[in-house]
Amino acid sequence: MKGSLIILSFFATGLLLGIFRWLPAEILHLNFSFYVLCALMFAVGISIGNDPNSLRQFRSLNPRFIFLPLMTVAGTFLGVVAVSFFLKNRSMTDCLSVGAGFGYYSLSSILITQYKGVELGTIALLSNIFREVITLLLAPWMVKYFGKLSPISAGGATTMDTTFPVIVRNSGKDYSILSIYHGLVMDLSVPFFVTFFCSL
Amino acid sequence: MFTVLSFMFAGIAIGYLLRNKKIRFIHWVITTLIWLLLFLLGLEVGANETIVRQFGKLGFEAFLLAGGATLGSVVFAWILWLAVRNKTVKA
Repeated sequence: MKGSLIILSFFATGLLLGIFRWLPAEILHLNFSFYVLCALMFAVGISIGNDPNSLRQFRSLNPRFIFLPLMTVAGTFLGVVAVSFFLKNRSMTDCLSVGAGFGYYSLSSILITQYKGVELGTIALLSNIFREVITLLLAPWMVKYFGKLSPISAGGATTMDTTFPVIVRNSGKDYSILSIYHGLVMDLSVPFFVTFFCSL
Repeated sequence: MFTVLSFMFAGIAIGYLLRNKKIRFIHWVITTLIWLLLFLLGLEVGANETIVRQFGKLGFEAFLLAGGATLGSVVFAWILWLAVRNKTVKA
C-alpha cells in the first residue's frame, strides 16, 4: 500500500506540473520516456534472469493449482470483453490491453502509453490501481463466497508483493507459495499480453 | 514496438550469464525508473488539456474495466476451487 501511494504521488506531481505548465513542454517532445522504458525493461529482464531461486520454489506447489494463472487470464479477458460492449467508444482490443495489466499498473500504463497514447495509458493506470485496491478491500468477502483461490486471481500480478499480506491473512498460510507463483507468472505475462493486444 | 521486448530479453540473457554474481541493486534501479516514468506519464497527461477535461469520464471507464476484470477472474478461480475440492473429497 505504501508503494502504491509513492507511485501515485509521482504521477500526481507530474500531473500538477503538467497542468500548470511549471515545466517546459519540450521535455515531452524528446521521446525521453521511450528511452527510460527501454532501460526499465532491460533492468526487469536482468532481475528475472539473475534469480534462479524463483524457479526452484515451484517444486513444493500443489500440482492442481498450477492452472490458477490460466483461470486468472481467462476470467480477466472474459470480464473485460463483457465491459467493452458497454464502452462504445473503446475497441475490444483496447479494453483487453488495459485488462492485460492484471493490476501491474506501473508497467502496463507505461507500455500502453507508448503503444496507444496517453489517454488509454491513463485508463490503464487508473483501472489497474482500482483492481489492486478492490482486491485489498474485498479479499475477506471473496474468500467467503468464492473460495480461497479467488483473492489470488483478483490480485493478478500483484499477489507476490502488494496484495500478498492480505491473501495470506484471508486464504491462509498454505496458499503463500501459490500466491507467489501466481504473481510471478502473471508478472511475466504482462509485457507479452499488453504488447500483443496493442499490436492487433 | 518489439524493441521494448528485445531489451527485456537482452536483460534476461545478461542476468542469466551473471547468475553467480548477485546483482542486488537491480530492484532499486527498477523502482527508480518506474517512479521516473510515472512522473513523466503524469506530466504528459497534465499537459494534455483534452484528457484533463475528461479525467472523470476516463476514471469511470477505468473503474468499469477493473470491476469486470476482477469479477471475471474471481468467478474463474471459484470454478477451479470447486473442481479441485470435489476431486479431493472423492479421493
